[in-house]
Amino acid sequence: MKGKGIITGLIPLIILIGVLGFVLKNGAGVEKDPAAPIEVLNIERIKVTNTGFELSVSNTGPTPLTISQVMVNDSVWNYSVSPQATLERFEEGKINIAYPWVEGDPHTIKLITENGIITEGALAATTLTPETNRSNFLNYGLIGFYVGIVPITLGLLWYPFMKRFSRKWINSILALTVGLLLFLFVGTLADGFEIGAEAPSVFQGNMIVIIGASLTFLLLIGFDQYQQRKQEKKGYSPFGMALLMATGIGLHNFGEGLAIGSSFSLGEAALGTFLIIGFTLHNITEGIGIAAPLLKTTPRLKDFLLLGGIAGAPAILGTWVGAFIFSPIWGALFLGIGAGAIIQVIYVITKMLIDDHRTHREPSVSWLNLSGFTIGLLIMYFTAFFVKF
Amino acid sequence: MSEENKVSRRDILKMGTAGAFGVAGTYYFNKMAQFPTVAKAANGSSHKTSHHSNHSNMIDKTKTTGYKMAERLLTEFDYGKVTKLPNGQTLREYEVVAIDKEIEIAKGIKFPGWTYNGTIPGPTFRCTEGDLLRFHFINKGSHPHSIHFHGIHPPEMDGLTSIFPGQKFTYEFEAKPYGLQIYHCHVLPLARHIHKGLYGNFIIDPKKPREPAFELNMVMNGFDLDLDGANEFYTVNGYAFAFMNHPIKIKKDQLVRIYLSNLTEFDLLNSFHLHANYFTYYPTGRNDNPSQFTDTIMQCQGERGIIEVRFPYAGTYMFHAHVSEFAELGWMGFFEVE
Repeated sequence: MKGKGIITGLIPLIILIGVLGFVLKNGAGVEKDPAAPIEVLNIERIKVTNTGFELSVSNTGPTPLTISQVMVNDSVWNYSVSPQATLERFEEGKINIAYPWVEGDPHTIKLITENGIITEGALAATTLTPETNRSNFLNYGLIGFYVGIVPITLGLLWYPFMKRFSRKWINSILALTVGLLLFLFVGTLADGFEIGAEAPSVFQGNMIVIIGASLTFLLLIGFDQYQQRKQEKKGYSPFGMALLMATGIGLHNFGEGLAIGSSFSLGEAALGTFLIIGFTLHNITEGIGIAAPLLKTTPRLKDFLLLGGIAGAPAILGTWVGAFIFSPIWGALFLGIGAGAIIQVIYVITKMLIDDHRTHREPSVSWLNLSGFTIGLLIMYFTAFFVKF
Repeated sequence: MSEENKVSRRDILKMGTAGAFGVAGTYYFNKMAQFPTVAKAANGSSHKTSHHSNHSNMIDKTKTTGYKMAERLLTEFDYGKVTKLPNGQTLREYEVVAIDKEIEIAKGIKFPGWTYNGTIPGPTFRCTEGDLLRFHFINKGSHPHSIHFHGIHPPEMDGLTSIFPGQKFTYEFEAKPYGLQIYHCHVLPLARHIHKGLYGNFIIDPKKPREPAFELNMVMNGFDLDLDGANEFYTVNGYAFAFMNHPIKIKKDQLVRIYLSNLTEFDLLNSFHLHANYFTYYPTGRNDNPSQFTDTIMQCQGERGIIEVRFPYAGTYMFHAHVSEFAELGWMGFFEVE
């Protein structure tokens, strides 16, 4: 580019900097000071220890703030803050509160800043936060195993039964899979928004879910098209399709693991145990889904193990993350990615179904397919009763 | 169908066994897991290891601005500028200025208050029954305010008229009846104007003086920081745990007289409980009212009375609101008898 060209590009930029500088220096001309101090203190994690509570906090407001008082269950309490009581913007701190908490009781912790702004953190049913040790690690891993790998493997066991079906029936089972996945997509997205809402508002948790979902969807589609052009393939191999599904479902199961792990670490153990049974029943159908594309081929046992592992093992990872290092913003991102992966699988299967029926000059939304799709949605809907309260 | 057999029946059985093992494991999970399904009361281990010792919350030996205000209001009485009228009557003139002021109500917590003469509660006005009183009120605040005195006086001196920012007004009336009165702003919205800090004690001494005593002024109040209609802090003389970290020093067997009033907003009642001793309580500060010999009294909003007590033993005596929640949110202190 010639010198003149560069200058024409720079002129708007220089003017923009000038305007911003003017506004920063002189204000917008409407309001000088906010009516009330704006202070945003976030409680990221409450760790329950033998001696009390350990809070991780961050200042995500526009100005520095000072933590001046702490109340636990409507009682002013002693505390210490590290590194110091005044947190700069985006600075993180730890608050230690020695408190004789009661197992299973709810506890409310209020942090009050110098300007009287109150930030509240709540423990629904207080219990010791699991320490990161070997036995806890194994226990949580076991939960993930029961929720992820076991039901999916059980679902895959229907494979020989489904194998006896004709092409039309196989297609209706694929339609059923689309129903299952649609339910999972909506559920994952909703969970993502729920967790995202808990993240500090400056990070915009909901947008993280949407960014995660849309980018994952487009990346997978793009990668796909690139692969197909490179290998000059017409579409997915059945195993490739099953693998894709296992990956999407795996990311979804990571979210389920997250939910279970964090519910245990937040003290809702009774709920957590029930969740395990519920998710296990719920997830059996995911195995059926993964097995469906394979009906036209001859998979081997190790293929099943691989698929079960890919779809189920992330639940173990999720449980660990949920129990030991849970943070809403990461949860939102993972669930967003999960939702994106699932919608991509829905897209691929639907396209394949439509193509297959077009080749055979049949309507793609046949009564059989519609029934399969409906049953898929309904199975998920009713088995979800076990995990919704 | 030969292709199908690549997954052999034996393989299927293997997978089935794994699955069945998993399901069984799920149901036995409760037993092997360390997570309780039933919530239990703490077993004491957390108490043994806790560094928390009894009544050690809010230890703060520093004398902050807020503490100094509460301490000053405890023993400071405003007798006004005293002159004699030609008829021999005593004239007391007081200057009262409404000021918007940030008050420290607990260590490090600022409250945007509306004050009489810059403190919450306002000054404790004191006079003798029969005195002529003139309160020169100047409103330097941002809102209209007034002073409504309890007692007997002409209705036009009752403080129902708003005095606007920048305006002045003189309330003039004779001090009667003797006893403990209160005063507060009576501009709408009432709850907001009172809660913001516009109130105080107003003592009318009887003509025949009371027995000499060590006299203390205590106004029970509360502060709602987030404006949700519930107080975050409960205090006496406006500062949380003031007399806990700096106990009120008293001599053994000395007569102590406490002028106690309740100006807590948003809660129906407040109370006063004294440990290890009994006191005589005179409702509204009247000797002719039926008095009580007790260790706990309660007052509804605007209620007040005089507590008289002697301490027969040396040592520290706790006093606090007997609503435990109020006590733990700041309304708690000590007498130190020596």
